[in-house]
Amino acid sequence: MLPGANETRELALSSIDAWHVPYGSLSFNLDALSAFFLTLILLLGVLTAVFGKNSSGTTWFFFISLMFGMTLVVLAANALLFLFGWEIMSLASYFLVTTRHQEPGVRAAGWTYLVATHLGTIFLFVMFFLCEQKTGSFDFHAFSSLSAQSPEVLAAIFACAVIGFGTKAGFAPFHVWLPDTYPETPSHVAALMSAVMAKIAIYGLLRMLTFLGEPEAWWGITLIAIGIMSGLSGIIMALSQKDLKRLIAYSSIENIGIITIGIGLGLLGMAYQATGFAVLGFAGALLHILNHALFKGLLFLAAGSVLQATKTRLIDDLGGLLRRMPITGGLFLFGSIAITALPPLNGFISEFLIYLSALGGGLTLRFPANLPFLAAVLGLALIGGLALAAFAKAFGLVFLGRARSEHSTRASESGIWMLLPMVVLALCCVAIAFGSGFFLEEFAPIVGVLLPHHSAATEMTLQAVAGQAFAIAMLSGIFLAVLGILALFRYLLLRGRVVQTGVTWGCGYTKGTPKMQYTSTSFSEPLSLLFSPLAAMKTEVTAPSGFFPSAASLQRHVTDTFRESIYLPIFLRISALFSHFRLIQHGRLRLYVLNVVVTLLVLLTWKIGFSS
Amino acid sequence: MMTLMMIPICLALCFAPLLRSVINKTKAFFAGRKGPPWLQPYRDIRKLLGKDAVYSKTTTWLFRAGPLVSLTGVMLALTLLPMGSIPTLLAFPGDFLFLAYLLAQGRLFVVLAALDTGSSFEAMGASREVQFGALTEPVLLLAIATLSHHASMFSLSSIYQTGVPDIWSRAPIILLILALVFFVVLLSENSRMPVDDPTTHLELTMIHEVMVLDHGGPDLAFIEYMQALKLWIFSTLIVGLFMPSIELPVGLQCAIFLAGMGVVGVAIGLTETMMARLRMEKVPQLIVGAGMLSVFTLLLEVF
Repeated sequence: MLPGANETRELALSSIDAWHVPYGSLSFNLDALSAFFLTLILLLGVLTAVFGKNSSGTTWFFFISLMFGMTLVVLAANALLFLFGWEIMSLASYFLVTTRHQEPGVRAAGWTYLVATHLGTIFLFVMFFLCEQKTGSFDFHAFSSLSAQSPEVLAAIFACAVIGFGTKAGFAPFHVWLPDTYPETPSHVAALMSAVMAKIAIYGLLRMLTFLGEPEAWWGITLIAIGIMSGLSGIIMALSQKDLKRLIAYSSIENIGIITIGIGLGLLGMAYQATGFAVLGFAGALLHILNHALFKGLLFLAAGSVLQATKTRLIDDLGGLLRRMPITGGLFLFGSIAITALPPLNGFISEFLIYLSALGGGLTLRFPANLPFLAAVLGLALIGGLALAAFAKAFGLVFLGRARSEHSTRASESGIWMLLPMVVLALCCVAIAFGSGFFLEEFAPIVGVLLPHHSAATEMTLQAVAGQAFAIAMLSGIFLAVLGILALFRYLLLRGRVVQTGVTWGCGYTKGTPKMQYTSTSFSEPLSLLFSPLAAMKTEVTAPSGFFPSAASLQRHVTDTFRESIYLPIFLRISALFSHFRLIQHGRLRLYVLNVVVTLLVLLTWKIGFSS
Repeated sequence: MMTLMMIPICLALCFAPLLRSVINKTKAFFAGRKGPPWLQPYRDIRKLLGKDAVYSKTTTWLFRAGPLVSLTGVMLALTLLPMGSIPTLLAFPGDFLFLAYLLAQGRLFVVLAALDTGSSFEAMGASREVQFGALTEPVLLLAIATLSHHASMFSLSSIYQTGVPDIWSRAPIILLILALVFFVVLLSENSRMPVDDPTTHLELTMIHEVMVLDHGGPDLAFIEYMQALKLWIFSTLIVGLFMPSIELPVGLQCAIFLAGMGVVGVAIGLTETMMARLRMEKVPQLIVGAGMLSVFTLLLEVF
């Protein structure tokens, strides 16, 4: 790479100040950071559109509006234009969430989403108006003077950005809308929302950070803390779910957490002048954004394929689908291996970069500056082990074993147009897993937007890490080769011998039924109990009673602690407060007319009394 | 150079099953028995490789892929493991993460193969395996990170070859504590007592054994061999802490290393002789305790 490539590579579609409207202008800017996110939008947009090609006209309208809104957000170089795109994105996705609005569950989910997303947007409004107050303009290029502002102003802007964008992205504790919304959304839209729309919020956060100049250490520490909290609570809740799409939705929170840890490490590295770790953190976060878009898109589409074939999302009604849906099953396994960051697939590489940043900072910096880095290492390690448990459950209970209900005995493989997008996504994952050594250096311009004035150090670090990616790709190649040799070995051993099939060993019991298989709750119970503060286990028992007991039941489910102990009480309180106004909303027409008459009389007397 | 690098891998591939014999002989010695012959693990594997195969009707291709993938993962991990001053086949900064995730890959496929049988016993084992695995993996990573921190090195071979002798000269207590942490991780990851009882006869109390109930013939041979190699890997991590730092001829180094592995085997045998299996809900306390020790060691020098 040539020196100064950062500047030359910047795509020059910048700032056409053609159309000024009051307070704003229709100005666009496409730099490396926007281009990166634009790639995600277009790639995932096309693939999910192919998957959902049988949607109705209205769905198409809102789908394309969503794409338009996201594109506008990424390209906007003006705060009002940004907010305009943001609102289009939020509203279009609201209408997509409520596609099946006949069902009360869908309406409730849509309502939660609408309220949550607008509560978040309020913070964005405050943030942008604060910026306008200080710089006198809504244009992004004027925002670059923000770095000269006092630390208090910058802190306020940073806090608003974290809350506003974090609500959309799914940072814990602002995530509670997310697991309610994604499962009720059509699968291809859920794939797009989780894979791309959440990342657009991350884009917003990154874009704001570029305006704020040199970060302070506590920004990075805050993001690392949020990341660890999101990652841990997300994966624990994912592990405890009974609903397949809900499980995947919670795992989005986990992955957003990992991305946030990466960004936090990047900021912290910048604050401590440790450029190498900053580069690794940012590059890891960016690569994980790309990776997560690919494998989460794949997993949501695969879950959609299962839903389409079985008409149920409940893990306890599924099972044995790998026989009936071999391609969907294989692809889901593929996505599961990628998302649990296991070699030889792509998830490992991005987590590896984030790990390297955390380990590097933890190793070289002095106490207590290294503590957040070490916390990140521990958090990532815990998240990794739990993710394995969650996806072993998701794949194992849905696709393996025996069918638990008629839903899955009747299933059949989905059509080619549903499978094709998933295959493309899987191929992209393979390309990253084996090719990241070649293109990691291409991240230099993108990292350069976040970390200006360090292009030489950035390229050096990325070159070094590309070498490690080569080593990993080589090991992955050896992995596949050894696997092939072992498979051949077993094939040769078994050739000419008797290969029988029999029943599963039931420890002497031969009448096992599918209902006797482990359920989703029993599989995850030990871990849920271990982390019970994050995932509260609720047990509802109806004990048998009387001399001739008839009905008895036991239900266990895990509730989201944030939802139950923070949001629910607050919103119930608000609801109780406003319910006092019901007094005047009683539905008696005579009294309404009386109200009008009384108001008019009061006004009249007031007017007469005033004039005389 | 290449042949030199292959020596640790060949040692592992040849002698890994023997480590089990050391454990069994130790246990037999303290129980006043003669114990199975030294070559019994090899005989078992040979016998299993010669058998026909029986697969459950419930299972799919995944069940057949399980043993292959997990054995591959563990075998690949050997290429990153240092032994004495012999250079490893591959070393890059952060390679221990790759090692940990390779072992996790192996665990995932054993677990999935267990779930593929549709047996609730095997799913129970799988559930326990992912539970304890989710706890031991961070402890393992944390322990190696601690080592890497004190050694100021990033790859396994540089940590063990230049970092560890340096730590011996500065603060040997760190290495002693970490050896203990590695030992607990070893016991947990290899389903030894007090985490799991490898000789139990009741499916309800098993973890690893119950997951592989339906494997037979060559598949079971692969699983057994994978277990032996995994035990070897974790023992190597411990023995590496005590290898002499002076330059010695390769033959002598191998002898010292194998003797060290024997000592670890005896230690495992002693542990199993003296302890009973812990109650399932106590196991997380043991593993988290080891993790706490590791955190303590990590911060030790800092103050």
